[in-house]
Amino acid sequence: MGLFSKENRATFLAPLGVNNPVTVQVLGICSALAVTAQSEPALVMGFSVTIIVALANVIISLLRNTIPNRIRIIVQLVVVATLVTIVSECLKAFAYDVSVQLSVYVGLIITNCILMGRLEAFAMANGPWESFLDGLGNGFGYAIILVVVAFFRELLSAGTLLGFTVIPESFYELGYLNNGLMLMPPMALIIVGGIIWAQRAKNPELQD
Amino acid sequence: MNTNSNTYTIIYASVMVIIVAFLLAFVSGALKETQDENVRLDKKKQILTSLNVNYEGEDAAALYDKYVKEELIINYAGDVVEETGAFDLDVKAENDKVLEERNLAVFVCEVDGESKYVLPIRGAGLWGPIWGYIALDADKNTVYGTYFSHQGETPGLGAEIAKPKFSNAFKSKKIKNAAGEFVSIAIVKPGKTDDTKDYVDGISGGTITSQGVDAMLMDGLGQYVNFLNK
Repeated sequence: MGLFSKENRATFLAPLGVNNPVTVQVLGICSALAVTAQSEPALVMGFSVTIIVALANVIISLLRNTIPNRIRIIVQLVVVATLVTIVSECLKAFAYDVSVQLSVYVGLIITNCILMGRLEAFAMANGPWESFLDGLGNGFGYAIILVVVAFFRELLSAGTLLGFTVIPESFYELGYLNNGLMLMPPMALIIVGGIIWAQRAKNPELQD
Repeated sequence: MNTNSNTYTIIYASVMVIIVAFLLAFVSGALKETQDENVRLDKKKQILTSLNVNYEGEDAAALYDKYVKEELIINYAGDVVEETGAFDLDVKAENDKVLEERNLAVFVCEVDGESKYVLPIRGAGLWGPIWGYIALDADKNTVYGTYFSHQGETPGLGAEIAKPKFSNAFKSKKIKNAAGEFVSIAIVKPGKTDDTKDYVDGISGGTITSQGVDAMLMDGLGQYVNFLNK
C-alpha cells in the first residue's frame, strides 16, 4: 500500500468534509464554544490540537498491540496529558509570548473529546502512518469549523477580524451597532448548528 | 503474551507511570532556567508597559534598567524597609498576610525627567488571578499608565482587561478625591457614572472580571494608603 493510496487520502480528507469531527461526529463542541469569540485564539487552538492529535495518534498506534484492554483509556489519557505538558513547557521556554497568549487553551487540549475519540476509534486499530493522517485530518477539520465560527462571532460582535477593524467607521455613524450577543457561547452553538444544517442539506447521505 | 492478565496490566501501568514521570521531570528540569528567565523578562515588560514605554524591537531588560531607578520594599506604614529586592518580592505571598504585616513593592522610575511610582497589585477575576501595575505621577494621585493581565479570563470578554483600550482609559484619572483622601478608581458598567470618584468603563460581558479589577484597585492600592499620603 502506497503512502498516499486512495484509502490514505480518504483518511485525511474525510474529516475535512463528510466526516468532520465537529459537525458530523459532534466532538470537541466544548472548546468550539469557548475559544471562538475571536479569530486568533481559534486559529492557535486549531493548530495546537492538530499537532497534538497527530502525535498522540502515532504514539498510541505504535503501542496499540501492547496496551492492556482494561486500562486503555487511562493509557491514552496519560499519553495525551504528557504530550500537552511537554509542548506547554517548551512553549514557556522558547516561545513565551505564544504561551502567554494560549494561557488556558493548552490545558484545555487534554479535555478535547476529539483526541480521545480518535485515539479510541482509529489509532487503536490502525498503523502509525494512517493514524498520523487521521490525526492531521481531524485536527484540520476541527480548525476549519473553529475559524468559520470565530469569523462570524468576531465580525458581528466587534467588527474586527484577527484584531483588525474591518467594518468602516461610516457604518457606525449610520447607526450600525456591534452585536454583543455574539460574544456569548450560545451563539457559537447556533452557528455550529447552522453549519451542520447547511452541510446536511448539501449531503443527504449524512441525514439519518 | 496475554495482555489482559492482571500482572501484565499492573506492570504495564507501573512502567508507564515511571517513564512518564522521568520524562516530565527531565523536561521540567532542563527548561526551568530558560522559563524563569522568560518570566523575569516578561515582568520587566509589564512594568515598562505601565510606564507607557514601547519596548517593541528593543532590549526590554536594558530599557528597564534605564527607566527603573529604585526597587524599594516598604511596610504598611509607608516606611522603606529595604532599598532593593522589590522585583523579587512575592506579591501573592504578601497578599495572604495581615494587611499591617505586609511588605509592599514600590518601583521608583524616571520618565523624561519626572519621577513615577509603579505599584504592583493582585486580585481575583472570574476564572483565576488577575494582576496589574499602576504607574502614578510624582503627586501619588494621578495615574500615569497601567498594565493589567490575567491568567485565564475568557477571550473577548474578561480577557479584554489586558487590551490597551482598557488600560489606556485609566490615564490621568485620580485615585484621591478633592479632599485628598484615597478613594481608588471605580469600574462601572458602560453608560453608568460614579459621583464619588473617577471611573472607567468596564467590559461588556465581562462583568465579574470588571468587578474583580474594581476590587483589586481598591484593595491593592488601598494597601499603599500610608505611602500615598506621605
